[in-house]
Amino acid sequence: MFRRVLQLGLGPGRLTRGLGTRRGSFTLDWEAQVLEVKKKLRSILPGEPLELHDTSHLPPEHSDVVIVGGGILGLSVAFWLKKLEKKRDAIRVLVVEQDHTYSKASTGLSVGGIWQQFSLPENIQLSLFSINFLRNINEHLAVVDAPPVDLKFNPAGYLVLASEKDAASLENKVRVQRQEGAKICLMSAEQLQNKFPWINTEGVALASYGMEDEGWFDPWSLLHGLRRKVQSMGVLFCQGEVTRFITSSSHMETSSREEVILKRIHEVHVKMDNSLEYQPVECAVVINAAGAWSGQIAELAGIGNGPPGTLQGTKLPVEPRKRYVYLWHCPQGPGLEAPLVADTSGVYFRREGLGSNYLGGCSPTEEEEPDPANLEVDHDFFQKKVLPHLAQRVPAFETLKCLMHPQVHSAWAGYYDYNTFDQNGVVGPHPLVVNMYFATGFSGHGLQHAPGIGRAVAEMVLQGGFETINMSPFLFSRFYLGEKLQDYNIL
Amino acid sequence: MAAPGAFLRRVAREWTRHARGIHDMRESVTPDSSQKRRTLLQFLSSYFHDIEVLREYLLRMEIHKMHWKNRPVSSIQEKYGPSIAGALFVLKQGGSVKFRDKEWIRPDGRGRFSSEFLEFQGVPVEAVDASGCAINYQGLDHLLPLKELRSLRLRRCPNVDDWCLGRLHPLAGSLQELSLAGCPRISERGLACLHHLQNLRRLDISDLPAVSHPGLTQILVEEMLPHCEVLGADWAQGLTLRREEQPRDTGSPVSA
Repeated sequence: MFRRVLQLGLGPGRLTRGLGTRRGSFTLDWEAQVLEVKKKLRSILPGEPLELHDTSHLPPEHSDVVIVGGGILGLSVAFWLKKLEKKRDAIRVLVVEQDHTYSKASTGLSVGGIWQQFSLPENIQLSLFSINFLRNINEHLAVVDAPPVDLKFNPAGYLVLASEKDAASLENKVRVQRQEGAKICLMSAEQLQNKFPWINTEGVALASYGMEDEGWFDPWSLLHGLRRKVQSMGVLFCQGEVTRFITSSSHMETSSREEVILKRIHEVHVKMDNSLEYQPVECAVVINAAGAWSGQIAELAGIGNGPPGTLQGTKLPVEPRKRYVYLWHCPQGPGLEAPLVADTSGVYFRREGLGSNYLGGCSPTEEEEPDPANLEVDHDFFQKKVLPHLAQRVPAFETLKCLMHPQVHSAWAGYYDYNTFDQNGVVGPHPLVVNMYFATGFSGHGLQHAPGIGRAVAEMVLQGGFETINMSPFLFSRFYLGEKLQDYNIL
Repeated sequence: MAAPGAFLRRVAREWTRHARGIHDMRESVTPDSSQKRRTLLQFLSSYFHDIEVLREYLLRMEIHKMHWKNRPVSSIQEKYGPSIAGALFVLKQGGSVKFRDKEWIRPDGRGRFSSEFLEFQGVPVEAVDASGCAINYQGLDHLLPLKELRSLRLRRCPNVDDWCLGRLHPLAGSLQELSLAGCPRISERGLACLHHLQNLRRLDISDLPAVSHPGLTQILVEEMLPHCEVLGADWAQGLTLRREEQPRDTGSPVSA
């Protein structure tokens, strides 16, 4: 038996033939085979980019929350979502921003003021929450190995001047503000003249001045501090434009037997810049924090497609409005103690830096609204609308009139995400598109209320209700019900 | 491993031995990344997530310690009154207090102080010297009810910043002397809100590293407070010599 096996195994003819052919194939294809094996290994091992299908520039295919808009409101919502989640890395958040240079975003172009002098208690509470957040910013936004965030906060205060006819409402407003805990003092015209001798108090009956926690800060440093912290918490960023929502509808009946169509967003199509490539991102919740462009995003989700006067036909009334800010130089102007002054005529100004520079502007009336198609500045607006009132209120600014070329160093324009209904923000879910939440429409106050709004939206998404500040008056349904939330303030 | 708590405490003590405030601690736990020489913990934390979590923990502990030092002493306030509560707070932090017509009460090297001031009911506090203490915005709660405070010294306090200066306006009626020399976090923006203190007669704003233009700031503050004597930077401090004159005139800062 052994001999048989040996004969079979070591039979000279078979063995040598077998070996010969194998050796032949070895030497011919050895290098090519090794290369093939190496290529296969490299494509299987993690960390190596696939040459054919490189998708690193695209957003992920699945994300729990997609935040449309990477400005201060979007980043604030992302921060609070990550801070309030129950377990670490429980939620995947994606922030989609169409322009990473923030060239047209309202955050960077903002004057940066923060004050508590509102008439709605919710707005005052939002301001107080935000100022507490900003004061402790380096505890909230601490990132290991990064320099601390320097907000360059000027605690100079906010001064509101009121004429005779507005004096009573100003007193009422200050009473509400004091009840909420803001430290505002009322001054008569003589007291105002003593405190700020550079003001001309003609036409001023009463003034309210914030003693603490009011002033202005640098919005860029807040934006970048938030962005850095939010990235360290694990939020994904993507530069792209949201072009489409894939939704599904379900017919439901209300308790009074009315038929209602509820929609749910399943996918967000994010299109890359300068290309037709897009990525469908499957998501559970979409947050509309797109600022001046929120109206377009809402239309994409089908909000407002319906007969007017019904809930389906109620559009999101947020549209971009252009506002100008001018920077001028006046050597004899108000000193270091000058607060952010809001005149009776709607003109505001504040000091900028140590070098006698001032910046300010005015909100135009409805008839004079400039075209928001671009961010070009109209210098005539300063000459005709802003300067006369400025020079009347602060006589030192008269010198700006007498020169051939006014001392306006520079000017820029930015968008307000203007709520045409009542100039107050929209927060919370839409009643029909069930998983779209709004955080927009604050018409110039978005920056100063951003921490509070972010927290409110995050609480709504995670816990189903508002806990810290009750923002239920800011829900979308008020547009359909016609309940205006008016806050009588100038800026 | 025996007592990881003890190990952590030893590590924390190592790091906090030279740190006097939250800013310094931030420096040692999160040093400036532009420095070429990295510390061992920094090096390890870029490779191990555990070390990064440890550094975050140490930072949070330091912040917590600062909050703990500045916590409100409401129970003492109810029993003895606001001035004694404020005095106790300052003495516990390591500062000194002077009641009207009495001597200065200072803690000795070990932090102990005599408790004779507990009998000074109704005697107002006239001067507080909180130099070098870890007092911050919240801790100022204890000093604001001292309505007859005449002199406040906050030299080299690492946690006093612009927000704290905005809070000093309730003392406007009585405060006559204020010293902020050497505080690393005060900038010209905080100095702008000192205009509420109209009774101020002496203000010391020398050696503030965060003020960008000390000379110009001093001129503006002098304009803002006309009755006050402002000690601070020499007005020519911010000016630099022209290149040709520099090698000759190294002594005086003002060129002839």
